[in-house]
Amino acid sequence: MGHKTFARGVHPSYYKELTAGKRVEAAALPKTVTIPLQQHAGAPCEPLVKKGDLVTEGQKIGDVKAFVSAPVHSSISGKVKDIELSQHPGGFRSLSIIIEGDGTAKEWGGPAKDLSSISVDALKDSIREAGIVGMGGAAFPTSVKLAPPKGKAIEAVILNGCECEPYLTADHRIMLEEPEKVVWGLRALMKTLAAPKGFVGIEENKPDAIEALRKAIGSSTDIQIIILEAKYPQGAEKMLIVAATGKKVPVGKLPLDVGVVVNNVGTAAAIFEAVNWGKPLIERIVTVSGNGVKEPRNLKVRVGTSFEEVLSQCGGLVEGGEVEVLNGGPMMGIAQPTLSVPVIKGTSGITVIAASVIKSSVYEACIRCASCVSVCPMALMPYKLGDFGKAFRTGEFKDWDGLSCIECGCCSYVCPSKRPLLQWIRLGKLKVRQEAQKAAAAK
Amino acid sequence: MESLKFVRKPKRPLPQNNRITDQRTLDAKEINPNAEQPSQAATRLIVSSSPHFLNTESVPKIMHNVVTALLPATAASVYFFGWRALLLIIVCVVACLATEYAFQKIRKQPIKIHDGSAIITGMLLAMTLPAGFPIFGAILGSVFAIGVGKQLFGGLGYNIFNPALLGRAFLMATYPVLTTTWVWPRTMEKAIDAVTAATPLVMAKFEGKFDVPIMDMFIGNTAGSLGETSAIAIILGGLYLRYKGYINWKLPLGYLGTIAVFSAIFWYVNPAKYPSPLFHLFAGGAMLGAWFMVTDMVTSPVTSLGQWIFVIVAGILAVVIRLFGGLPEGVMYSILFMNAFVPLLNKHTRPKVFGEVKAQKG
Ligand code: SF4
Ligand code: SF4
Repeated sequence: MGHKTFARGVHPSYYKELTAGKRVEAAALPKTVTIPLQQHAGAPCEPLVKKGDLVTEGQKIGDVKAFVSAPVHSSISGKVKDIELSQHPGGFRSLSIIIEGDGTAKEWGGPAKDLSSISVDALKDSIREAGIVGMGGAAFPTSVKLAPPKGKAIEAVILNGCECEPYLTADHRIMLEEPEKVVWGLRALMKTLAAPKGFVGIEENKPDAIEALRKAIGSSTDIQIIILEAKYPQGAEKMLIVAATGKKVPVGKLPLDVGVVVNNVGTAAAIFEAVNWGKPLIERIVTVSGNGVKEPRNLKVRVGTSFEEVLSQCGGLVEGGEVEVLNGGPMMGIAQPTLSVPVIKGTSGITVIAASVIKSSVYEACIRCASCVSVCPMALMPYKLGDFGKAFRTGEFKDWDGLSCIECGCCSYVCPSKRPLLQWIRLGKLKVRQEAQKAAAAK
Repeated sequence: MESLKFVRKPKRPLPQNNRITDQRTLDAKEINPNAEQPSQAATRLIVSSSPHFLNTESVPKIMHNVVTALLPATAASVYFFGWRALLLIIVCVVACLATEYAFQKIRKQPIKIHDGSAIITGMLLAMTLPAGFPIFGAILGSVFAIGVGKQLFGGLGYNIFNPALLGRAFLMATYPVLTTTWVWPRTMEKAIDAVTAATPLVMAKFEGKFDVPIMDMFIGNTAGSLGETSAIAIILGGLYLRYKGYINWKLPLGYLGTIAVFSAIFWYVNPAKYPSPLFHLFAGGAMLGAWFMVTDMVTSPVTSLGQWIFVIVAGILAVVIRLFGGLPEGVMYSILFMNAFVPLLNKHTRPKVFGEVKAQKG
């Protein structure tokens, strides 16, 4: 205790010991990959290849002109088998390029370049061209974060190494195994944004990662490690910023409005590989864990590999019963209806939860125990918002600041009546959005 | 692993019987037209909304802990008032459970008497009665507490007033004499020659005497209702709840603190006329009210500011009624009165949203 943190939040069991001590291993080369054209927040890419084309590993196969977007690349060498709609781990269907591999794999590598010899524009270019997005889950294109509007000075770049989701250890392993890449990537980000200061926020429960990063930073003072309390959602952007710098991002504003840009540690490492090796974001570390998978592991997986293939390299699912297979961790992850969905750039973990153990499908009346109110990191009143959302009372929903909800799930997590508060709040948000669209269309 | 059966829970809740989701087994083809037909007896995939991870708290767990916390006070009441006290408690609990059952049956609702909330109401109601209270009256009070105080509002979670206190208020109105006919505890000499006894508060109010030793009030060696006498037994239960994390320290301490501070002012001005703060804290229902009624989740505010207002106003009210009202005891009405304001307090004491800008607030 005594570490920096934010107000409220919850302390779920972390279960990180399942994989925290396991080295990242390379997953088997997949025979086919399914690469969705939308792996980021923003406009989906358009395919740059057609059925039957030969592609090489790392070749750009999808891009779009839109500002908020990131190109996608082939993660294996082979032939384009098809371009079709397929199930996306985000819970919808997306146009995807399906590539059949030829069984060869490229070697990536090279020395670290001297940052001062690379121009800011060249850095920005490599980052955008490598299709780098936030790798903590939200998958916001990094190139957009690197282009703040004119007149907004960025004082600090914060790297997010909190990894507050239970089970996940991918970021932990990156910081432990490749701290030099993380630090190099952070300095590259600081250079592009002309930010004088860099921070790495790490939860106190990863002392080995803190040690490794300290070594990598050495004696220079431009980067500071901030040790944070292990609490969920410490890694939520707004919570991390307030814990690290004491600044609150105002409602409806972005981190850059308080002079801060936040990136994931995995993103920093990917920037290193993109700039030094020319390697686009076609591979990422995925924690496969949970009580529904037989051998939890940390795997380096190529984007587009199906969940099924990844899980089979981890002993497969436990037999019988019901499980939830999640893209991400148990607090914010999205449950998958099929295992044919691919790993994408934002897949930090595949968590398998034996559903019967944890979730009951019955909820009780609200007893106004105040738990949800006392844990909401945004200081909302979830029990009320849940009722408004459920009943589509959008006016009150907006009045009670329902749109500020960051969907962390703390409220549903603590509710003794097992009310699916966040689910109802999502309904409310959706309804508000729909009404806004309707109003806009009517104009 | 192709042999998976797919189950999808629709996102919309079905409100009628409180089921979040209706599990439906989907054909694999419905989700992915290219998938092979799954075979039987395999792992099934569930789809639901995040979070997929919940803590282990539940309503019955909370309620059963409250029951546990009431056990020391129960034991103390039996020790001081004998088996009659135990009988009264059992009667109230059984009557509350039966009423709850009957109402849920009639309203065709799922029977939830096992959640323990009716047991608490029964125990608390009994705690507010004198040991000699007639059994029939106790049953009547229980039926009113659960029936009118809780079920007519819609059951647990929908009631505005603390059901036990409402039951007690009802009995006060119907049996004004019997609810205030106290007996001496077995442990006191006077028990032999006096039939009816006066509580410390009654003596203070109507005889202007408040010389009962604080230590006797602390342990419970005075006349009074079952659970009102032994402060230590109640504090023990309260601390247990606090340790378990089921009560917010603000509520009991804020309430007791207000009573102490407010009564201290009068005592300071005229110690001959007004009893000391310690007297106020350990006399009557202050302890029971502070640890078990002010802290009732359903009928207390959820916001921090709301909770402060709730306990401070209730504390002042309790002292005012005790000192200047027509009744010797003000705890019950102070809490009931403030219960009525809880929805309003919740609405107007919302915390400031994270990052809220002043100018945005209309
Ligand atoms: S946590 Fe659940 S029971 Fe408690 S106030 Fe919130 S919605 Fe109601
Ligand atoms: S209301 Fe939203 S922000 Fe608050 S706890 Fe619930 S999910 Fe998190």
